[in-house]
Amino acid sequence: MNAVWPHLPILQVVIPLFGAVLAGFLRRPGPAFAVALVVSWLMPLIAGAMLWQALATGPISYHIGSWPPPWGIEYRVDVLGGFVLVLVSTVGAVIMPFARRSVAFEVEEAQQPWFYCMYLLCLTGLLGIVATGDAFNAFVFLEVSSLSTYVLVALGRDRRALLAAFQYLIMGTIGATFYIIGVGLLYLLTGTLNMVDMAARLGPEWAGHSRAIVAALAFITVGVSLKLALFPLHAWLPNAYAYAPSWVTAFLAATATKVAIYVLVRFFFSIFGIAIDFRDLPVAEIILALSVAAMFVASLIAVFQTDLKRMLAYSSVAQIGYITLGIGLANQAGLTGGLVHVVNHALMKAALFLAVGAIFFRVRSVQLSDLAGIGRKMPITMTAFTIACLGLVGTPGTSGFISKWYLATGAFDKGWWLLVFLIVGSSLIALVYVGRVLEVVWLREPSAALENASDPPLSMLLPLVVLAAATVYFGFETQWTAGIAGTAAKDLIGGLR
Amino acid sequence: MTAALSTQSLVILAVLTPFVGALLIPLFHRSPNLRETVTLVTAGTLCLVTFSLVGPVLDGARPELQILRIVPGLDLAFKVEPLGMLFALVAASLWVVNSVYSIGYMRANDEPRQTTFYVCFAIALGSTIGIAFAGNLFTLFLFYEALTLSTYPLVTHKRNAEAVRAGRIYLLLLLGTSLLLLLPAMIATWAIAGTLDFTPGGILAGKAGAPVIAVLLALYVFGIGKAAVMPLHFWLPAAMVAPTPVSALLHAVAVVKAGVFTVVKVAVFVFGVDNLASLGQSAWLTAVAATTVIVASIVALRQDNLKRRLAYSTISQLSYVVLGVAILAPISLTGAAMHIAAHAFSKITLFFAAGSIYTGAHLTEVSQLDGIGRRMPWTMAAFTIGALGMIGIPPTAGFLGKWFILTGAMQTANWLAVSVIVASTLLNAGYFLPIVFRAFFREPPGDGHGTKSGEAPWPMVLALTTTAAGSMLMFFLPGIPYALATLMMGR
Repeated sequence: MNAVWPHLPILQVVIPLFGAVLAGFLRRPGPAFAVALVVSWLMPLIAGAMLWQALATGPISYHIGSWPPPWGIEYRVDVLGGFVLVLVSTVGAVIMPFARRSVAFEVEEAQQPWFYCMYLLCLTGLLGIVATGDAFNAFVFLEVSSLSTYVLVALGRDRRALLAAFQYLIMGTIGATFYIIGVGLLYLLTGTLNMVDMAARLGPEWAGHSRAIVAALAFITVGVSLKLALFPLHAWLPNAYAYAPSWVTAFLAATATKVAIYVLVRFFFSIFGIAIDFRDLPVAEIILALSVAAMFVASLIAVFQTDLKRMLAYSSVAQIGYITLGIGLANQAGLTGGLVHVVNHALMKAALFLAVGAIFFRVRSVQLSDLAGIGRKMPITMTAFTIACLGLVGTPGTSGFISKWYLATGAFDKGWWLLVFLIVGSSLIALVYVGRVLEVVWLREPSAALENASDPPLSMLLPLVVLAAATVYFGFETQWTAGIAGTAAKDLIGGLR
Repeated sequence: MTAALSTQSLVILAVLTPFVGALLIPLFHRSPNLRETVTLVTAGTLCLVTFSLVGPVLDGARPELQILRIVPGLDLAFKVEPLGMLFALVAASLWVVNSVYSIGYMRANDEPRQTTFYVCFAIALGSTIGIAFAGNLFTLFLFYEALTLSTYPLVTHKRNAEAVRAGRIYLLLLLGTSLLLLLPAMIATWAIAGTLDFTPGGILAGKAGAPVIAVLLALYVFGIGKAAVMPLHFWLPAAMVAPTPVSALLHAVAVVKAGVFTVVKVAVFVFGVDNLASLGQSAWLTAVAATTVIVASIVALRQDNLKRRLAYSTISQLSYVVLGVAILAPISLTGAAMHIAAHAFSKITLFFAAGSIYTGAHLTEVSQLDGIGRRMPWTMAAFTIGALGMIGIPPTAGFLGKWFILTGAMQTANWLAVSVIVASTLLNAGYFLPIVFRAFFREPPGDGHGTKSGEAPWPMVLALTTTAAGSMLMFFLPGIPYALATLMMGR
């Protein structure tokens, strides 16, 4: 154990990478799935150990090849990083058992090993982005995760999945390019790619906002915002989510956008926030305005969707708005609310998309018109779905309420009454789009097409139930969500100029 | 020490009993008799537990317990004080009667999905007890929303287009007002006062100026949509599509009383009555409550559907309680608390009667009720007693609440309130007495329904005579409700 302990940061990334290669070589769905399952279940243990260490003794710094930073690549896991690592790896571990049946149903057999290979690569990329302390290394992992995601989306049965993947590829590449241009500008200014070093070199003497810094800030913000689907840069998301295989949608919704949010927070608070005074630039105002627009516009679009997956995709855009709202508020309560919503939204959206996957598994459709009365045919699935829906609305007793409470308190602390009302007002629109579905699902008579529908097998049901239960559990017990998010927020805000 | 411990465990038991019942009921899905036994046993247990708390509370005990701290400011905690005790008492005792009635009604009308019905009913009652015993605003809010959500399946029980539409109005208005107005008010209260615990004298006393208090009061009064203050009352007539036992216990007692109870609770324990009086921010509230009382009564006059007429009467009667709060005299608050109990017994009787008429004679409109009293003498006698309670005539408990509110209005020289109470009494008489007159003094129509056999099934008749007797009993022996209502101000 002692031999492994210091190498956790690199193991977090290398194990899924080798797993991906192994899954690719195995060439058969069953063994490939087994590899993916073992790796997915191992990851939360490593991430949990690192978070525990970061909480107890401060950030972990790992020097690759023992080259000291800033010359070598440093992996750095602080409370925020550990928090996101635990989230990503836990979601992967919880939903993995669902994949076997769902993927066997939706992806051609010859492609299934590649599916697990691509999933593990994507996991490598996502965990790598968070674990690394190097801005360029983060770019590499960003591309690893993005490229594998394009493949995963394209594996969807519907032919439109190809177009969706292509659309995502174009937008994602633009985003990555913007990001790397921003990093390049920072490298020109500081001569370093190590994030901590970068922040130190930028220091107070750069407070006069050299244009290069502002340009770097702009490029990175836009690039990362594309990846996290900040309104109005979200155009790729609804199609990608709607046409990807069900399980992929659940995984991406819970992890990919959340990791992009991590990158944004990292650059805002740990690099630019230290170098320049944000209060002199309209960054927060722009983020806040776009967040509020996301909350309302995307929610309103969701109201008019007839495809369940697409509706939930637009709901994701709206919910990401809550998270970026917390980033824009940038005070203790607000940022805690944003960060805690990263977890809360990930868990409930994963539950919702898994439920949709289960519906597709039984009914072969996720069109609202085909789902009348399905609540009586798949009671456990739809109860879990309903609970997660209540979380989206933010009813008390669900984790969504905790997020909203912190965000609204953050807005109130700033004296922004109007924003408080906007936050609670947008949840009313969520009530409308969610209520529309629940009405059809529970109150209509089941149609003949649903004659043989029933709850899915246990391997699919269990992850769904666990995630729905988590939505309620984290509505009451918040030590591991809001508690850690609060600590992370305190560290981040404490570093600001 | 042991006594304090046991009252605390009684509080927990009271809140948990209905939820445990809700878990057990589906297990007996296949044998309706056992399932109904579970409901009755649960209701009986709850009633016993609540009654055993009355003694200690009257002796001055205020059992408190903190379950868990969710985040700073949001505690799940219970504290039993006299007003909550009174509300819980009313809800728990009427649940027993209502369960008997429900069994008769649901079986006689051959209603579908009865298991769901009883499960949701139990959850709704558990939420009501949670509201009554809530120790702080957040706990109250949590159960308040749970009450809305658990009653939604009951409102949409029929699952036809009308029920679905009514369900939409119900959910949007109740959840909408609470999320849009009540939640921000709660956040502001937490930010200003630094606590959400219900405290005698008010947690906002001396913490905020008149304009802020005025805004917050408006947010609370309109945010508590269950109080059905106009113009946010539409959900209540819409909810009448539900089966009558739901209208009777939930939309005449538990849900609506949870609304006005919350208004009283917020006025007394969040704002503080003296604080509100010294800031002089209640004139508009008097006006709003007065308008609701009068306008709802006038609308009730024009309703031919019996349940809708009762619903508008409820809207009007609920605002008596709000009026009692707006007058801000201690005696009018006592009256408000009394009225919560008195109106509950009278109105449930009226709804029971309406359901009985529907089950026994398949009639729903007032204009069809000629001569019904000859056919259903028990039902219509109980209806008459309920109607007297609405008007506020002795020997019904309705008189007491009205009397105290009126006294408070006179003490504070609030002539608007006085004239509203007098005028609405006349209006109440105007829309209830004609029904009684029709039932007993008009000839039954010749279409034959008068000749069919008499009353509804016996459990329903038993239930409605019990509540009618209860409302008279409360007039002659008002001891417990009166004592609780006077103790509520913390004196």
